[in-house]
Amino acid sequence: MKKGLFILVMLFAFKQCATAQKYFTKNGSISIFSKAPLEDISADNNQVMSVLNTTNGELQFSVLVKSFHFKKALMEEHFNSDYLESDQFPKSSFKGAINDIARVSFANDGTYNVTVSGDLTMHGITKKISAPGKVIIKEGKITGNASFKILLADYNISIPKLAKDNISPTIAITVFCNYDQKL
Amino acid sequence: MPAIKKITCLALITAITIIKVAAQATDTTDLIKQLEKETGNQSQEINYTIATFKTTRLVNGHTVENVGKGVMDVKISHRFGTLNAGGYELFGLDNATMRMGLDFGLTSNLMMGIGRSTYKKTYDAFFKIKLLRQSTGRVNMPITLSYVPAFALQSLKWADPTRKNFYSSRLYYTHQLLIGRKFSENTSLQLMPTLVHHNLVALASDPNNIIAIGIGGRQKITKRSSFNFEYYYLLPGHKITGTTNSLSIGFDIVTGGHVFQLHFTNSHAMDEKGFISETTGKWQKGDILFGFNISRVFTIGRSN
Repeated sequence: MKKGLFILVMLFAFKQCATAQKYFTKNGSISIFSKAPLEDISADNNQVMSVLNTTNGELQFSVLVKSFHFKKALMEEHFNSDYLESDQFPKSSFKGAINDIARVSFANDGTYNVTVSGDLTMHGITKKISAPGKVIIKEGKITGNASFKILLADYNISIPKLAKDNISPTIAITVFCNYDQKL
Repeated sequence: MPAIKKITCLALITAITIIKVAAQATDTTDLIKQLEKETGNQSQEINYTIATFKTTRLVNGHTVENVGKGVMDVKISHRFGTLNAGGYELFGLDNATMRMGLDFGLTSNLMMGIGRSTYKKTYDAFFKIKLLRQSTGRVNMPITLSYVPAFALQSLKWADPTRKNFYSSRLYYTHQLLIGRKFSENTSLQLMPTLVHHNLVALASDPNNIIAIGIGGRQKITKRSSFNFEYYYLLPGHKITGTTNSLSIGFDIVTGGHVFQLHFTNSHAMDEKGFISETTGKWQKGDILFGFNISRVFTIGRSN
């Protein structure tokens, strides 16, 4: 009888391990967009690292600031040297979770509206953020996207008076990840 | 059931529980770190040093910076007269030499430029080729190295039209290496060994090849302004009679696509052969010129 219990416990333990599924991508994309009276500025980063734990909804991102590419070379240089100061703060990251992961049925195709919240760290400053997003399951493949806005002042990034009409104080961020690899 | 078996069984259950707890514990650690451990580090890419200098010129001479691919940089430079000209000339402001220049980025490592100076009615053209780029990460490179071949054509009327003049006498060639390093966010230094060749010199005793060692640097004052200096030391025996070393100090102000450079220098010319090999003014005598460069960039092609 004890042997039976032992086997049960073993099975339970292994089942737990097996269902702790983590999916990742190393080429997720993040776009930033600023709309100001004088010009629109946008940049794309297609080397975003992200891991999603489908068991508990844990979601993390790691982004190299220098991998954001702009249409104008000088914008990219100023973004790195004067605003994000990427030599001092080379990475931005997000550590959080999909709050309502239970609503996502990974076995069934569909689009699930979720809320993601956690800590966003950039320019050396960490702030709690929360944003609506979507998890899309199609033929067993997981993709996720979200759009949200951040205030530059929250991250201690200041816009000089001369560039006030060129850069918006709020930046729109769009995230898209295709979690096609298993960790 | 024997007691010994019971104990083994209990021990096993405890062990499994511990493993399970441990497994859960790793679940809550840094997933990104876990991923990097298994598939390689994100930060092991090459991290190139950027913005060693604010713009492609320090004062008169080049910095290791290039304009981006597809970027056109319009440069307008002025050098007024000498400060010791006195109040009658408004300390030199009544006179000016100027250079209009157009630089263009062919690739991110190769740029070219052309210019025309009022100084000796000189046309000039150059290439700037980045050979090494300072970087950390996967490739650790302590310096940026560039090579600047430049060409100048002086188009003044012949001093003596009665003698036989050769077109080639108007030509000058410059070869320059730029060895730059960004030591910190605020401090960058650069060495510029330079060879200037004059096809024709005034005196038989003057050398045709002038050799100079330049040193320059910048110290940032704020994020968008910096203090610069530039000094070209002419090697004894390799300089033209009556010429002196060029010394300049300057101040850069950056506003988006514009760079304003204000400076004091003892050189009238703004092309390589001019300010390196033909500077005659002496700082100690007050032959100091106030001047400025204005740079405005336009993106013509796509940079990426």
